[in-house]
Amino acid sequence: MSHVPYPRPCGDFRTTYAEDASLYKTRPAFRAAVAITLLAALMPIISWTMPAVVSTAMISNLIQIGILAIAALGLNVLVGFTGQISLGHAAFFGFGAFSSAYLVNNFSVPVLLAIPAAGIVTALVGFLFGLPAARLKGLYLAIATLAAQFILEDFFARATWFTEGYGVTADRPVLAGLSLADDRWFYYVVLFWVIISFIGVSNLRRSRDGRAFVAVRDHYLSAEIMGINLTKYRVLSFGVSSFFAGLAGALYGHFLGFVSVEAFTILLSIQFLAMIIIGGLGSVTGSLLGAAFIFMLPPTMQSFASSLAEIFPAMQQGVAYVKEMAIGLAIILFLILEPEGLIHLWRRIRASWKLFPFSH
Amino acid sequence: MTQPERMLEVEGVSLRFGGVRALNNVSFHVERGELFSIIGPNGAGKTSLLNCISGRYRPNEGSIRFRGEQLLGRSINDRARLGIGRTFQNLALFGHMSVLDNILVGRHHLLKNNVITGMLYWASGARREELAHRKRVEEIIDFLEIQHVRNEPAGTLSYGLRKRVELARAVAIEPELILLDEPMAGMNLEEKEDMARYIVDLGQEFNMTIVMIEHDMGVVVDLSDRVIVLDFGKLIAGGTPEEVMADEHVKRAYLGEEDELLHDEEAEAMPSKQPEGVGA
Repeated sequence: MSHVPYPRPCGDFRTTYAEDASLYKTRPAFRAAVAITLLAALMPIISWTMPAVVSTAMISNLIQIGILAIAALGLNVLVGFTGQISLGHAAFFGFGAFSSAYLVNNFSVPVLLAIPAAGIVTALVGFLFGLPAARLKGLYLAIATLAAQFILEDFFARATWFTEGYGVTADRPVLAGLSLADDRWFYYVVLFWVIISFIGVSNLRRSRDGRAFVAVRDHYLSAEIMGINLTKYRVLSFGVSSFFAGLAGALYGHFLGFVSVEAFTILLSIQFLAMIIIGGLGSVTGSLLGAAFIFMLPPTMQSFASSLAEIFPAMQQGVAYVKEMAIGLAIILFLILEPEGLIHLWRRIRASWKLFPFSH
Repeated sequence: MTQPERMLEVEGVSLRFGGVRALNNVSFHVERGELFSIIGPNGAGKTSLLNCISGRYRPNEGSIRFRGEQLLGRSINDRARLGIGRTFQNLALFGHMSVLDNILVGRHHLLKNNVITGMLYWASGARREELAHRKRVEEIIDFLEIQHVRNEPAGTLSYGLRKRVELARAVAIEPELILLDEPMAGMNLEEKEDMARYIVDLGQEFNMTIVMIEHDMGVVVDLSDRVIVLDFGKLIAGGTPEEVMADEHVKRAYLGEEDELLHDEEAEAMPSKQPEGVGA
């Protein structure tokens, strides 16, 4: 066997099906995941006690990465699992933000409940806009989702009962009389939903309907023979994807405090696609990595361009252009060098140290 | 003695694509527990016939009944639940999924968990259900001797192995009737012998009724209980393998005339002489 997809240390044998079906195939992998989660949970505490180590700006960045990661995860169910490209994900993201604000402002629903409720409402809208998937595939479907993007954007601008026509305020949550207005408290709300979403989708991938999604993507003709109702799963995939988009959008609205009708353009939809392509199509962890990559790239390239300008003063005028070009260049280079995404890069690194020092 | 149950009854099935008659008034029946073969030259309509049974095509005329129940008009994805499984002539695996997941997809209609219970996994009983079915899948993996590739992505396997995984996936449906479209195409002798053994076992140990399309006449004659022959969409002969092989129509349509056969044998014998000439 020349090809070993998941190299494991010698002597690490699984003896039950339960062990074999576990999310983390080895104990070190499980421990690493727990450690990373704990570290993430400690961030606000570090920020309170040692602001020099973890600044509030860093907390704010982590919140946004978490929110974008949930939305990217949802898109990955649709594009990565089921193989249906969507250009309208930002519109569902926006719909979630408005739904949550609407529920809070008009029906006095507690924010913490309105956030998942917005996810459910958006899932229903997703089913509706997913109906063309019953008939359309590939690029034709992508164009149909483009229609969803523009219809919803137009809806935001016109439905004044829903959005005031320009935007609505969205309060930070309150828990048992305690305001979670501080970013560091809100961080925990986001972290909670990130963990729930990522575990949920990981479980989905190893159970019946997750496999059905992937089967529909890989070979829809034989999926049908295996008893999978294509129409049901194609539309269902839109619903699941929209649920996470709506959930993330609701978190985003309450994070910003104000939901603007202009924030959810096709540019954001394309950024979501970029996140999952760079992170790794169909990979749960890749959604998080891709979201972090796309979110951190502009500030990183900004500081890169600024430091270049210090060395070459003549460049001072063009910092903004250099930044934009550097972002484009980084993405192109990345896609050429690692077309299967960050997750594949990580797997390669892991594979090389798994068998260290006998990796070759 | 009770009358043996009719597993599949095909009556007067015709299928047209525009002006082309792919199937022309084809009728036959398959009894429970039979190993039934469909043979015929390329383009005779064998796969079209299988596609009519599995639902991909809808015949223009005729009826297809499975255990007395009309199949026409039912959706394709209903057939797994009714008890019909099939494999494809050109491999149709889920290339990016592991072999294990491929076979688990075959359990789709037997599993109950859905998107929500699947996400809750531990809390909803989905885990217990998945693991219970995993046990059965492992039995199928053992039967087809593909343990060593269990975790490989199906798309990376060799041709012969992929054919076996496809068979495993169809067996995982737990069908009463299994349709095999050229299970041995492109295999070497050893792989063919293995596959023949699996097919016989499907009938005898798994109690499946088998309908098979195959070009290898040796395999067809050795394994089949009954054979039908299609030519240009028409059923030209049917019966036991011996009867069919002796049929004049079959010889003409499928095997060629007798002197043509002799001619072919001479032609085949030629290359073995050549190396001497080349070597000298």
